[in-house]
Amino acid sequence: MPEITYVTPRKGDVLLLVGTMKGAFLFRSNKSRKKWEMGGPYFPGSAVYAMAYDDRKGRQRLWAGPTSMHWGNVLRSSDDFGKTWSVPQEANIKFPQRTETALKNVWQILPSRHDDDTMYCGVEPAALFKSTDGGETWELVDGLWDHPQRPQWQPGGGGLCLHTILQDPKDKRRMRVAISTAGMYVSEDNGATWRPSNKGVRAEFLPDKYPEFGQCVHKVVQSRKKPQRMYLQNHWGLYRSDDRGESWKDIANGVPSDFGFAMAIHPDDADKVWIVPIESDGFRATPEGKLRVYRTKNGGKRWEPMSKGLPQENAYECVLRDAMAADALDGVYFGTRSGKVFASSNEGRKWMTVIDGLPPVVSVKAARV
Amino acid sequence: MSYTFYIPGPLRELAGNRGEVRVDGRAASVADALSLLWTKYPGVRDRIITEVGEVRPHVNIFVDGESIRDAGGLQTAVEDGSEIFILPAVSGG
Repeated sequence: MPEITYVTPRKGDVLLLVGTMKGAFLFRSNKSRKKWEMGGPYFPGSAVYAMAYDDRKGRQRLWAGPTSMHWGNVLRSSDDFGKTWSVPQEANIKFPQRTETALKNVWQILPSRHDDDTMYCGVEPAALFKSTDGGETWELVDGLWDHPQRPQWQPGGGGLCLHTILQDPKDKRRMRVAISTAGMYVSEDNGATWRPSNKGVRAEFLPDKYPEFGQCVHKVVQSRKKPQRMYLQNHWGLYRSDDRGESWKDIANGVPSDFGFAMAIHPDDADKVWIVPIESDGFRATPEGKLRVYRTKNGGKRWEPMSKGLPQENAYECVLRDAMAADALDGVYFGTRSGKVFASSNEGRKWMTVIDGLPPVVSVKAARV
Repeated sequence: MSYTFYIPGPLRELAGNRGEVRVDGRAASVADALSLLWTKYPGVRDRIITEVGEVRPHVNIFVDGESIRDAGGLQTAVEDGSEIFILPAVSGG
């Protein structure tokens, strides 16, 4: 097993939680983000598609959902920035017997924004789990699992996964999830009932291009300051909503491709969003061999490439759906399938390489300690 | 009657840091013998068996040298003194 290194963040530091196909890593920097210190690999050999930082109630708790090809998935947490991790005796996310289903992977871990102890997990096969005791115990959200359309959901390239969970910042009872390949479902009663919500979102791969459900939504983000504003990176299609996701309009203005996976929104500016266009579903690499992040400052009226510090020759990279994050310090961070992690402390105007040589990056989260 | 389990490295922290575990009791099948193991070390169970009760696809169990996949699965018979190896398949990492 590899030698594991650790970080010791101080108050105010920026922490990147990086999940890869072969373990998890932490990167620590101070507010200037000029130098990064690495911790890891944690769970070497396991795929870590989901990580989260829980700072509610004074916690400094990391969460990870490592999936071992051999030994399955158990949610793990650390209160000392990865020096030690919990070792639950029993798998904490389990499908109930009635479902006759086994967990394949954890795709998203989300501490609730509305109280200190609720958490959500999005998993594969597509389902939502909820904990009300800070992650000690978890229960399947039956209302979504029992949805009559669920038998018609189809797996995408990454499997049939629930990869995005958006709690409405102002309406506690409203929640939206995105599933590949089922599209988005919204609940207005705290998860008890769900309805499909994909109006205006294209399904290029179906005979009916605008079905009620069945879209391959890759990532959705929502403004925390202006919750009616949302953005969506689709499997072909780049969209904005101004009515909390009830309808979507195309905003692919000036991008080299409207195919892509990753998307991040500025926490304090509903008009600023970052994406990484990918050439096509047939060739999932950055167009023209140039790694370019595209930013809009005006809600998608115009997108501009942000490439200073990124490789612009022979860079056939891919940034997966959860491998990009933005923070309130104007930071944007992302990782590539080829194991590179880049950071910008000025909204993407200039990038630095945090590391080159990790296993394929599947998840990047940013936290302020 | 007793049965000896050989525990792979990654699971030893859940089995008292032991690579070899002897369990005592009555077992007709490997499923019965595994239940005896879970009683002693409950943390091992979910790493080997999914919530639908199947051996994880990349885990192999051998009873006295024979893979249970080629025998009767979890109903493969065990005898007093059987040696049961739990091994990761040639995959992953």
